[in-house]
Amino acid sequence: MPLPEITLAVLWVGLTAYVLFGGADFGGGFWDLVAGGARAGRRQRALIEHSIGPVWEANHVWLIFVIVLMWTGIPPVFAAVTSTLYIPLTLAALGIIGRGAAFAFRKVSAELWQQRLLGGTFAVSSVLTPFFLGTAAGAIASGRVPPGLARGDLVGSWLGPTSLVGGLLAVGTAAYLAAVYLARDAQRTGDAGLTEAFRRRALGCGAVVGVLSAAGLLVLRADAPRLFAELTSGRALPFLVLSVLAGLASLVLLWLRSYVAVRVTAALAVVGLLWGWGMGQYPTLLPGLTLRQAAATDSVLAATLVSLAVGAVLLLPSLWWLYATFQREHTHPTAPTADQ
Amino acid sequence: MEDLVLARVLTAAGPAWAAGAGPVDLAAARSQMALSLGWHIVLACLGVGMPAITLLTEWRGQRTGDVHYRLLARRWARALGVLFAVGAVSGTILSFEMGLLWPGLMGVYGEVIGLPFALEAIAFFVEAIFLGIYLYAWDRLPPRAHLLTGVPIVVAGVASAFFVVAANAWMQTPTAFAVEGGKVVSVEPWAAMFNPATPAQTVHMILAAFMVAGFCMAGVYAVAMLRGRRDRYHRLGLLLPLTVAALVTPAQVVVGDWAARVVADHQPIKLAAMEGLFRTERGAPLHVGGVVVDGELRYALEIPYALSLLAHGSPDAVIAGLDGIAPADRPPVNVVHWAFQIMVGLGLALLALSVWLAVSWRRRRDLPGSRWFLRAVAVSGVAAVLALEAGWVVTEVGRQPWTVYGVLRTSEAVNPAPGLVYGFVLVALVYVVLTAAVVYVLRRLARDVPVPIAPQESDVTGYKVV
Ligand code: HDD
Ligand code: HEM
Ligand code: HEM
Repeated sequence: MPLPEITLAVLWVGLTAYVLFGGADFGGGFWDLVAGGARAGRRQRALIEHSIGPVWEANHVWLIFVIVLMWTGIPPVFAAVTSTLYIPLTLAALGIIGRGAAFAFRKVSAELWQQRLLGGTFAVSSVLTPFFLGTAAGAIASGRVPPGLARGDLVGSWLGPTSLVGGLLAVGTAAYLAAVYLARDAQRTGDAGLTEAFRRRALGCGAVVGVLSAAGLLVLRADAPRLFAELTSGRALPFLVLSVLAGLASLVLLWLRSYVAVRVTAALAVVGLLWGWGMGQYPTLLPGLTLRQAAATDSVLAATLVSLAVGAVLLLPSLWWLYATFQREHTHPTAPTADQ
Repeated sequence: MEDLVLARVLTAAGPAWAAGAGPVDLAAARSQMALSLGWHIVLACLGVGMPAITLLTEWRGQRTGDVHYRLLARRWARALGVLFAVGAVSGTILSFEMGLLWPGLMGVYGEVIGLPFALEAIAFFVEAIFLGIYLYAWDRLPPRAHLLTGVPIVVAGVASAFFVVAANAWMQTPTAFAVEGGKVVSVEPWAAMFNPATPAQTVHMILAAFMVAGFCMAGVYAVAMLRGRRDRYHRLGLLLPLTVAALVTPAQVVVGDWAARVVADHQPIKLAAMEGLFRTERGAPLHVGGVVVDGELRYALEIPYALSLLAHGSPDAVIAGLDGIAPADRPPVNVVHWAFQIMVGLGLALLALSVWLAVSWRRRRDLPGSRWFLRAVAVSGVAAVLALEAGWVVTEVGRQPWTVYGVLRTSEAVNPAPGLVYGFVLVALVYVVLTAAVVYVLRRLARDVPVPIAPQESDVTGYKVV
């Protein structure tokens, strides 16, 4: 594969990792939001906090990875997207501040009113951030971001039908993934009631996301016909099929309480959607701008890819160690930690 | 056909750039960038310097078995957890803003500075992963292993400071690229990263991070000692970070001089602004203080020949003044000149404080007894942060009106979309709230008894810091 294609693939891997890991952290915030009153929701919130605490910063770095790779690998696309989608991206950025800061502060605050205020900020921004990022994705997918600086409609570009579906889908996927992961975490702590609760939520949420995706396809047909055609009869079809099958399998596995296997299929369902979009749109990144036209010079791509490959040798084992350490932790969630 | 499309794409961008954002929007974008960078950099300095000092303390604790070290390390680690989270989110905003505010820069030159940023992303991963392990696995790992998990945090922190400042250095002394028709046609990414400004600027920045962290941490314990808490715990809490900062400070002054000589060689207009030098002169004097009125520096103290000597090592070297530069192409001289004075003045003051500590330690193996010493240490953190901010004002305002020195103007870099002002107001409000919250949380952390006391440590009670 030529360098621009490899770079785009690496970028897409980063995006996938962000949706699967960072997305689930946002989803945790969603369940925090709907967990009920301070007393009733305490156990759920404790589980969410315990699951997210050690890993969210590492998960969050995937977003930075994607942004940086975008301006390095396809700079005109980065400039066009950020300048036209100035409004939703600013709101998403503020949401990221609110989410991260409130989460960190809540852990060290003692009084109930503070925990409520910070918890509320954490939860609300956990929902708004993926929503705005999703609308931005929808704007790109429906061809509303032209090349050049701020050439698109500053408001209309991200409020089109595809954007709205994208926003809802982002929130829904995040919540769904989180429920699936949390069900297993709860099971590991031996809390049967909580496990059941997250299983029910995963089932409900899975159904909603399935329906949303189907509705999204209809919207695409009207709003982004080219992408629709690729998804339903072109190169992207295999990914769509993968997504549908994995989604159905997840519902069955949840029904059967097979919490480990469903982690894999739920992730695959999301991967199918993302890569289907990518495949369907390739090689046109923005209207009238193909990957080859947008790509950085080969010397930059080569240096970056080699550096990332060397970095990966360092990072993947470390990441593995991080997740392994704290997945094991779940067996005794009440043990004191350095920060409690 | 493809070329035709490309040409259209590129010219489509043309008119909008030429029109530019309104002057208010440009000012808003610059203010927003300055606010978020100036905010992030403080957290980033703590994120670079604090882990090293914390690890040093934890290591001393393991070597000596003195429980005070362990308690200090734990307390600092707890603060680090908060600081890192806020540093990470404020840094994320920055990477958004590079595009939201300066698409004219990133759309063309993003690839030229892409390599250091990609390497920085790797460093962030390392940092975040090992921070998670270091903070949360304190009781699960054997002491030695726990100490080792902190080492990658320190290395990655210093590395990320290096990479991000190397990117900034390229904007000061752009090299190793070629542009044709508004598109970059060739880049030597490694040479761009190691541009002429990189060595001095990155070293200066990393040392600044250790100064900021060391003086700020020591300052907290100086306040506590002024309030009468003079036990071993507080003395160590002051002494360890202060020693680190005091060792770094003399080196920083030397490196600052090196940075100034790099500026003299590569950014003569900036040097003239730093010095308030309007006429090109042989044997130029150094100006201390003064204000610019009607294109002339007044009321300044002149040290004859000193500028030529410092900048080029010879008393009668020629220094270019601002008179050869069109007024529209000059940076705001008062701001740059005063920022430079403030940084150098504070740097020398901190040097004096470091010497005071060293003399006392040599004579009596003890801190100076004077309350004035504690008072000075108490404000040293603020002084270091001010010097840091002043230094960045010199660097960034001094390169105006250019974003990439001599290559791309700030007005061409900015997002042409209308309404950036509203974004700035919103972001500013969020930062006000965030600042208040961070200060509140840190004060709380310093007040309460944070760490569950293990049985063998129960004789150490009441270790509120302030
Ligand atoms: C604790 C902070 C601190 C202290 C005590 C000093 N500096 Fe500094 N200085 C910085 C922190 C800093 C910085 C981190 O803010 C800057 C901004 C950009 C950079 O790389 O370092 C900087 C920039 C900077 C520049 C501009 C470089 C450029 O534009 O490329 C010069 C010429 C100096 N410094 C010189 C000095 C001198 C002569 C000092 C002697 C006392 C000094 N600095 C102390
Ligand atoms: C790698 C690091 C940095 C990069 C890439 C960077 C980049 C930029 C960019 C693109 C701008 C806007 C264009 C312009 O006004 O020229 C800017 C402005 C500015 N930056 Fe930096 N910057 C960096 C570090 C910093 C830091 C750490 C500070 C800390 C205070 C800082 C202070 C400023 C200020 C004050 C401005 C506004 C300039 C003005 O209003 O005249 N910069 N920077
Ligand atoms: C344009 C300028 C800058 C950008 C785009 C930027 C970007 C970022 C980002 C995205 C993060 C979050 C990483 C994470 O999630 O762990 C971060 C954190 C960090 N940044 Fe910056 N940064 C800039 C300026 C600087 C400068 C000048 C320094 C120099 C010391 C610096 C040092 C750090 C460090 C050490 C961290 C991690 C530690 C912490 O979070 O406290 N950054 N930065």
